[in-house]
Amino acid sequence: MDINEIIREANLVYKKTSLLTEKPLSYCPGCGHGVVHRIIMEVIEELDIATETIGIAPVGCSVLAYEFMDIDMQQASHGRAPATATGIKRCWPDKYVFTYQGDGDLAAIGTSETIHACNRGENITIIFINNGIYGMTGGQMAPTTIPGMVSSTTPYGRDVQLMGNPIKMTDIVARLPGTLFVSRQSVHTAVNVRKAKKAIKTAFENQKLKRGLSFVEIVSNCPSGWRMTPIQANKWLEENMIPFYPLGDLKVDGNLVSPK
Amino acid sequence: MAKVKGAIVIDIERCKGCELCVVACPVNVISMEKKVNTKGYHFAYPENHEACTGCMNCAIVCPDGCITVYRTKVE
Ligand SMILES: Cc1ncc(C[n+]2csc(CCOP(=O)(O)OP(=O)(O)O)c2C)c(N)n1
Ligand code: SF4
Ligand code: SF4
Ligand code: SF4
Repeated sequence: MDINEIIREANLVYKKTSLLTEKPLSYCPGCGHGVVHRIIMEVIEELDIATETIGIAPVGCSVLAYEFMDIDMQQASHGRAPATATGIKRCWPDKYVFTYQGDGDLAAIGTSETIHACNRGENITIIFINNGIYGMTGGQMAPTTIPGMVSSTTPYGRDVQLMGNPIKMTDIVARLPGTLFVSRQSVHTAVNVRKAKKAIKTAFENQKLKRGLSFVEIVSNCPSGWRMTPIQANKWLEENMIPFYPLGDLKVDGNLVSPK
Repeated sequence: MAKVKGAIVIDIERCKGCELCVVACPVNVISMEKKVNTKGYHFAYPENHEACTGCMNCAIVCPDGCITVYRTKVE
C-alpha cells in the first residue's frame, strides 16, 4: 500500500490537540516542558473542560505557558501559584483550577504556598516539573538537585555536607492530610508519557470530588542546563534522577501507597 | 491475517531536531535530514516509512507536537 493512501483523514490516529496553540514553544529542543504542556491539554480536551479550566502559569521557563495553552490562564509571581489558584478556586468552586510549576518555583521560593495549599486541601491540581535545577536563570542548583549532580553553581557536583540535602516535596505533601492523590511520573519515554497522562487525568477528574488536592510531579529534563543532548539528558534522567525520585503513585484516594 | 500499516507527517517547521522521535521509534522509521528548516534545525523525516506501524510513540514523545500519525489495516 502506498504511504499516500494511508495519509487520509479516516486513518488519523494522532494529531496535536488544538488546545496547544500553533505558536512555536519557547522551550529548548527536547525539553520535557513541551511534552507536559501537550498531555495536560490532551487531558483537558478528553474531559471536555476547556471552557471550565483556569491554569496558573509560574515564573521559570514556563512563564509563557499562557501563550501555548489555549484556555483561561492567570500569571502568578514566583512560587505563588498555589495561593493564586486557591483564590480563584474559592471564587469559582466548580471550575477546574491547576498550577504548572517548576522545582525552583514550587520547591524553593514557593515552598510555603505549596505546603499550605496541600495541607488546607484546596480542591486544585498541582503539576510540578522537577528538572533538578533552575532552568530559566542558567542551570543553578535547586532544592531538588540530586547529590553529586553538576549544575552551574555546583560545578563539582552537589556536596550535601556543604550544600545541604535535596528535598522531596512530593513525599512531603503525600503525608499531609489535605492531599487526595499524589503521584510521581516522567515523560522521557512513550510508556512513561502514557502513564503521566493517566495520572494527570486522575488529578483533574478528582476536582469534581471536592475531597482535596491532587499533586503530580513530573521528573523532567533540562538538556540546556544539564549541558547534554536531549537523548543524553533522558538517559541520564533514567539512570540518576529516577533512582532518587522513584516513579509511581504515592497516595491514592487519600491513602498512602506503601512503597514496593 | 490483517496487517497494520502506519504513516506519519512531520511538521518540519515546528521541528527542533531533538531526535527524541528517532530513538522512540521501535522500528527505526525516522532519520534526521541533513538540510535545515528556516529556524536552522536539522529536522526529522520518515526515511524508512514502509516499516511504520502507526504505534504513535514518536508523536507521544515529541516535545513540540510536530507529528501526526495515520494507521490502517491492510489485508
Ligand atoms: C521573585 C523572583 N525571584 C527570582 C526570580 C528569578 N527567577 C526567574 S526563573 C527562576 C527559577 C526557575 O526555575 P524552575 O522553577 O526550576 O523552572 P525552570 O526554569 O527550570 O522550568 C528564578 C529564580 C524571579 N523572576 N522572581
Ligand atoms: S532551559 Fe532547560 S527547562 Fe528551560 S526550556 Fe531549556 S531545556 Fe527546558
Ligand atoms: S508511528 Fe510508531 S512505527 Fe511509525 S514512525 Fe512513529 S514510532 Fe515509528
Ligand atoms: S521529536 Fe519532534 S521536535 Fe524532536 S526531532 Fe522529532 S519531530 Fe523534531
